[in-house]
Amino acid sequence: MRDALLIFHRLSRLAGVSQMTGILDTIAQGVLLGGLYALFAAGLSLVFGIMRLVNLAHGDLIVLAAFLILMLVTALGLSPFVAVLVAAPAMFAAGWLLQYHVLNRTLGDDILPPLLVTFGLSIVIQNALLEGFSADSRRIPAGGTLETASLALGPISVGVMPLLTFVSAVAVIVLLNRLFYATALGRAFRATSDDPVTAGLMGIEPRRVFATATGIAMVVVTIAALYLGTRANFDPTIGPARLIYAFEAVIIGGLGSLWGTLAGGIIIGVAQTLGAAVNPEWQILAGHVAFLVVLVFKPRGLFPRAHD
Amino acid sequence: MLEAGETIAVIGANGAGKSTLMRSIAGVVANEAGQVLFDGEPIGALPAAKVMARGIAMVPEGRRLFPSLSVEENLLIGCYGRQVEGAWSLDAIYDLFPILKERRASPGTALSGGQQQMVAIGRALMSNPRVLLCDEISLGLAPVVIRDIYAALPRIKASGASVVVVEQDIGQALKVADRVYCMMEGRVTLEGEPSGLTREAIHAAYFGVHA
Repeated sequence: MRDALLIFHRLSRLAGVSQMTGILDTIAQGVLLGGLYALFAAGLSLVFGIMRLVNLAHGDLIVLAAFLILMLVTALGLSPFVAVLVAAPAMFAAGWLLQYHVLNRTLGDDILPPLLVTFGLSIVIQNALLEGFSADSRRIPAGGTLETASLALGPISVGVMPLLTFVSAVAVIVLLNRLFYATALGRAFRATSDDPVTAGLMGIEPRRVFATATGIAMVVVTIAALYLGTRANFDPTIGPARLIYAFEAVIIGGLGSLWGTLAGGIIIGVAQTLGAAVNPEWQILAGHVAFLVVLVFKPRGLFPRAHD
Repeated sequence: MLEAGETIAVIGANGAGKSTLMRSIAGVVANEAGQVLFDGEPIGALPAAKVMARGIAMVPEGRRLFPSLSVEENLLIGCYGRQVEGAWSLDAIYDLFPILKERRASPGTALSGGQQQMVAIGRALMSNPRVLLCDEISLGLAPVVIRDIYAALPRIKASGASVVVVEQDIGQALKVADRVYCMMEGRVTLEGEPSGLTREAIHAAYFGVHA
């Protein structure tokens, strides 16, 4: 830390204090944006890590959850932070039923059926939302001055909402890791992921375990939807783009690694903000380029699970 | 027929149907012919998890430990679907196989073959089963290790569990069993108490030819 400060001061003298502060500010915003991408990706990573299922409807499910929160906020006058507590159990139930009755039927040696079914589900969700809510852009009101509030951190200032998003992402990943490595359900997740047939001999019902995993992923999706909806506008068709950010974060981090997913989200976020600082049109491109660069040098991601 | 507290051995050559019989009882494969009755009720159509919950645990052929779980986690997962009080707990398993306590934090698959077999047996015992199915527990192990594994069987029997041992090692099977069944091509060709079976009769039932 002392070395970093020393380098910062030396560079400051060379480049001018305001320019260095600008770079530091850009990186900080990128890290915080990475928290949002990590939230998009954590559910995807969880589901892939346990059942090797690539859910192409993941982004649309985030948008669906955002509309659910919006409905609760506008119809019942709830704060979005209270609405998410109501929406999360509903999304858990929806995820559980979806996995148990639909997606479990697609799992097997062939990877094509889950891709086709979740692709179809993505189209169904988008069109249902277009029918129900039109193509208008929406935003969930965060309430009060929260959307514009900021905190001074040394030479830079950060928005309270981006900071909350990042803290939530870290909390979600800590909790998911705890669930995975310190509970009986987590052991069942890992055992089923290793060998579903032998897991059955332990009294584990793989279909129920998979359904529970998807239910938990949907709770994470709902938290991601809260921050998606309060920080930016959304409409029924933005799901696939969120899916791509999520995919990139998961693949950069290493398939199935939750901390890797956070690292992946941060890398995309920092690349995007640095790209935007150079030229606003380069924001999205820079994130994709960072993803490709990581793929070239680490095709299995930064933190691949040893037994994958 | 398996009586409470009894140990039976199922012997036979490769492909005789021993493992299929075990997997069929455990609910891993569907019953295509015949019936499996447990406490008088048919269980042949039940999935493995439901069979296990009724008190039938299996030590599968090849151990099949979970690679992403440590030794202790492999043991703990054994009682996921059935948590009943009984003779077997984590401490009791460590008492039966002390080496596992030393290696409790190691990945299950980092152990030697014999130690992995101890984990597989301990994992099955963790549910305090009424019936323990052991499929080829000596397969691929050195004789000295097999002796250590089989030395644990009397304590397992003493806990009250009925045991079914599938073995290709006839000598080992005859030593531990109260009754022996010999299988060939999916059918029982010989049954009886070990003391009542002659070498010639076993040879004929095992290979289908007379010595």
